[in-house]
Amino acid sequence: MSFLGFTALPRAETSPVALLAVPLVTIVLSIVTMVVMFSALGADPGVVLYSFFIEPLSSSYNLGEVLIKASPLILIAQGLAIGFRARVWNIGAEGQLIIGAICASLLPIFWSDSQSAWMLPGMIVIGALAGMAWAGIAAYLKASFNASEIIVTLMLTEIAKQVLYYLLTGPLKDPSGYNFPQSVMFPDAGLYPTFGGDGVRANLSVIITLVVTIGCWVFVTKSFAAFRLMVGGVASDAARYAGFSQRRAIWMSLLIGGAAAGLAGVGEIAGPIGKLQPILSPGYGYAAIIVAFLGGLHPIGIFFAGLFMALVYVGGDIALVSAGIPASAPVVFQGLLLVFYLASYFFVRHEVRRVPQADGLRGAA
Amino acid sequence: MMDALIFVLAGAFATATPLLFAALGELVVEKSGVLNLSVEGMMALSAAIAFMVTLQSGSHLVGFIAGAASGALLSAVFAVLVLGFMANQVAAGLAVGILGLGLSSLLGRSFEGATLLGIDKIAIPLLSEIPVLGKILFTQDIVVYVGIAATGLVAWFLYRTKAGLTLRVIGENPNTAHALGMRPVGVRFLAILFGGVMAGFAGAYASTVLTPLWSQDMIAGRGWIAVALVVFGTWRPGRVAVGAYLFGAVSLLGLALQAMGIGIPAQFMTCLPYVLTIVVLVAISADKVRVRLNAPAALGESYRAAS
Repeated sequence: MSFLGFTALPRAETSPVALLAVPLVTIVLSIVTMVVMFSALGADPGVVLYSFFIEPLSSSYNLGEVLIKASPLILIAQGLAIGFRARVWNIGAEGQLIIGAICASLLPIFWSDSQSAWMLPGMIVIGALAGMAWAGIAAYLKASFNASEIIVTLMLTEIAKQVLYYLLTGPLKDPSGYNFPQSVMFPDAGLYPTFGGDGVRANLSVIITLVVTIGCWVFVTKSFAAFRLMVGGVASDAARYAGFSQRRAIWMSLLIGGAAAGLAGVGEIAGPIGKLQPILSPGYGYAAIIVAFLGGLHPIGIFFAGLFMALVYVGGDIALVSAGIPASAPVVFQGLLLVFYLASYFFVRHEVRRVPQADGLRGAA
Repeated sequence: MMDALIFVLAGAFATATPLLFAALGELVVEKSGVLNLSVEGMMALSAAIAFMVTLQSGSHLVGFIAGAASGALLSAVFAVLVLGFMANQVAAGLAVGILGLGLSSLLGRSFEGATLLGIDKIAIPLLSEIPVLGKILFTQDIVVYVGIAATGLVAWFLYRTKAGLTLRVIGENPNTAHALGMRPVGVRFLAILFGGVMAGFAGAYASTVLTPLWSQDMIAGRGWIAVALVVFGTWRPGRVAVGAYLFGAVSLLGLALQAMGIGIPAQFMTCLPYVLTIVVLVAISADKVRVRLNAPAALGESYRAAS
């Protein structure tokens, strides 16, 4: 197909320059679109840009906010990316996050006067296992019955939300909470320790995310299991021939993704929230999908993409106040990011050349 | 007891109508070999725009047209990504879906909580007089009847017209189709636009007729249920319609049981359609032979035009 005298040809090898340029071009295009959109809505573009990208970095409180929002995004995206590389589409991290949070919250809710140092490790283990189990349902149904993991994980998310509402209006409701649908406040033993100074909310989850990122990097670059996983997804026939099983790829991808999302859920309830409540995440489970792609499905790329996405969340909150930008703006921005990313990714695998005018020459290409 | 039953069965048609429109659109898209997962986002955006336009113009018809146009516009973005830039279809569907959800709540915030009047039900003369059945089948609003007609039209188009045959061939093997002189990219583009228009009608019906009160997140997973319904109906319009009406009835069952004073927590009832989606998906997908016989062979694969 040629367009205005140019044609796109597949590259023999992916271009490393394009691979690095793609996320940057994506971000620039998304920001430009966003600014044009909000100028049209009557906001001052300077104020919007300042609120979104400068102010979140301007105080230690805001920096702490960026870190605690980046950590669930990065954590979940690392887990999802392992699956995406194997073409296993876990779209329900939000639900796995919710179930992880619910199960982990049982410890601090039922032992709300405990001071035990084992509570936090217990919550972390339970949260990760619960997220894993929730994703495991989708893995079982995909591996044994071929049911689309995309639809199953999404439906499980809707179900998880209802389970949370049910528990908060009944069994786990704070009995002295004036009938609000929320649990008792967790004891200190059930909260992540914070760091960074007075009032800053950065906490242990940031450290956990760093450790997981390094772990993923080692797993992806050094391990044979990761290679098998990728081959199992990309070329299932070739993988079967080599003795790698697609079933294993499905199970591993979903279990790892579920564990990461469950862990992120623990980070929310044991972090800034400090109790179980109807809204546990502003859609981290979905935003993490974009983080995973924007980071090129690579652990280091995901780390930076997660920080950027967190900046957008915190900036969105600030712009809400300073420029009257609606709360849904970050979601629009996320959509733009992924759309532009997928469009510009074309140039990683294709090069654009001028078409020779004479039709007969085309055979030489 | 009888009243509750009539309520569920009669209401099921209206409740099912957005699912039916969206699923029929997605069915045609998938038959052309493209998996468009942005149905939820297209429905959400067109629900907001249709609501806004109906609120301003006072005309449901204008609202439906605006909804269809916005669904088509968003689906065109998807089409450019998967056909022009050859992006992965799953990722592109998610991207456009998220964009649609974001734009929907961005636009919707100005009329949060606003209400509209629904549209009148049409009682078909004589037929609506039949006891019980008359109320269930022949006292519905016009869009419900259009949905039933659309099911027949889609089936006729796919299996009785040359254009439908072309579309199905492209869905099975775009390379062969191209060698035979068909135009896979053009046909897929039109199919995707049709899917957008149908999702647009679905969103418009959901927000301006079925529950004419705007609230954020009003589509609540129905776009995804529509995608699942296509598998449920094994890519056959008639079976997709039966599935949609079954889901409509199940969604209302909770309300009816509560009205009858049966004490099941509301959240369990809300879960029913989602649980049913999973159960049905498992039951259909487990029969691999049947899926392979009916699913378009090239579904989800990028097609590269050999220029």
